[in-house]
Amino acid sequence: MYTRIILTLALAIPCLAIAGDDKSAEEIAKYREMVSDGNPAELDEMRGEELWKTAAGTKKASLEKCDLGKGAGVVKGVYAELPRYFADTKRVQDLESRLLTCMTTLQGIPEADITSKPFSTNNYKSDIEGLVAYVVGQSKGMKMAVSLKHPKEKEAYEIGKRIFFYRAGPYDFSCATCHSENGRRIRLQDLPNLTTNIGAQRAYTTWPAYRVSQGLFRSFQWRINDCFRQQRFPEPVFGSELTVALTLFLAANANDAVYDGPAIKR
Amino acid sequence: MGSPMKIRAAVKDGITEVKILMGHAMETGLRKDAAGALVPAWFITEVTAKHQGKVVLEAQFGTAVSKDPYLVFRFKGGAKGEKVSVSWLDNKGDTRSDEVEITEKV
Ligand code: HEC
Repeated sequence: MYTRIILTLALAIPCLAIAGDDKSAEEIAKYREMVSDGNPAELDEMRGEELWKTAAGTKKASLEKCDLGKGAGVVKGVYAELPRYFADTKRVQDLESRLLTCMTTLQGIPEADITSKPFSTNNYKSDIEGLVAYVVGQSKGMKMAVSLKHPKEKEAYEIGKRIFFYRAGPYDFSCATCHSENGRRIRLQDLPNLTTNIGAQRAYTTWPAYRVSQGLFRSFQWRINDCFRQQRFPEPVFGSELTVALTLFLAANANDAVYDGPAIKR
Repeated sequence: MGSPMKIRAAVKDGITEVKILMGHAMETGLRKDAAGALVPAWFITEVTAKHQGKVVLEAQFGTAVSKDPYLVFRFKGGAKGEKVSVSWLDNKGDTRSDEVEITEKV
C-alpha cells in the first residue's frame, strides 16, 4: 500500500563526547554540517515574520513601517549594513536597539516590557529575538557592508575597539584576553581571534544562531551579554551604546564577507 | 494547537523529498527544572505525512527524539503543484497540521 520510503532521522545531540583535541574541531564541523539542513532557527524566523506583520501594542500597529536603514518596511539586506547611524534618533543603532525604537514608537510597547526580558528561555519566547531571526535571515548570502562614513559611526567603531581591549574586573579580562590569539580554546570550544578579519568574519557572519546546547535561538545582544558574563563584567544594558559600539566594531571588521546567519552552533 | 511546522517538498526524477522541521519541546519527563522538580513528559507520539490525501509516511515518535524534531523522507511520485500535508499528535492530545505544494528540485 505504501510506496517505498527512505527514512532519515536527524537527532540533535546536545552533548558530544569526542576524544582527541585536534580531531574535535573537525568533528564539530561535521556535526554542524549534519544539523545545518534542519536548523531550528527557521522556526524562529517564521515566528518573527508573523510578529513583524501582526498589529501589536497600544497603537495596534505592525512593524511593516519600521525603517531598519533601507527605508520603511524594507527587511531584505538590512542586517548586512547594521549597525548604522539613524538620523531620526541621532545615534548609531544595531538591529535590536533599532527594533526597540520601532516597537516603542510605532507600536507603543513600553520599553521596559521588552528590555526586562529580551532573551528567550525554555519556557519563554522573546518577541524581539523572533524578530531578529526573521530580519537576519533576509540578509543571508549578502556581503557585509557596514558603513564607517558618518562621524558617529567612526566614533562608535573607536569606542567598540576600546571596549574590546579594555581590561577590568576580578580577573582583569578584556575581550582580547580570550579572542586575540589564533588556535586558542576553552574546553573543546575554539576561541575565534576576533582581531583578525578572517576571525571576525567567521564569527560575525554566523551570528545570530541556534544554540544546540541550549535548544534556543540566540541574538547578537545575547552573545555579547554572555561574553560579558564570561569576562566577569557587570551585565550590559540591552541595546546600550556600549553593546552597539562593540557590535559595530566586530561587524565592520567582518566587512566583505558573505553573511550566513542564522547559523547553528554547538 | 502547536506552533507551525516548516515543510519543504521537492520532486526530482520522480522522487519527492520532504523535509519537515517541527517546533516542539519534546520533554522526556526525566529532566528537572531549576527548582529540582521533574518537568512533565511532553512529546510528539505520531507523525503522519500525506501526498494528495494519501498516507505516504506514518511514524511513531518517543522521548529519544530531540527538541524541535527534523525529519527527512522520500517517496516515489509527486509532481510540481501537488500537495504534501503533515500532521503530528502529542501525548497531551495536542495536534498540528501544515501543508505545502511540491516544488521542482533544482
Ligand atoms: C573568558 C573568556 C572570554 C572572554 C573574556 C570573552 N569571550 Fe567571547 N567567547 C568565549 C567563548 C568560550 C566563546 C565560544 C562559546 C562556544 O563556542 O560555545 C565565545 C564566543 C564569542 C563569539 C562568537 C564566536 C563564534 O564564532 O561563534 C563572539 C562574537 C564573542 N565571543 C565576542 C566577545 C566579546 C565582544 C567579548 C568582550 C565583551 C568577549 N567575547 C569576551 C569566551 C570569552
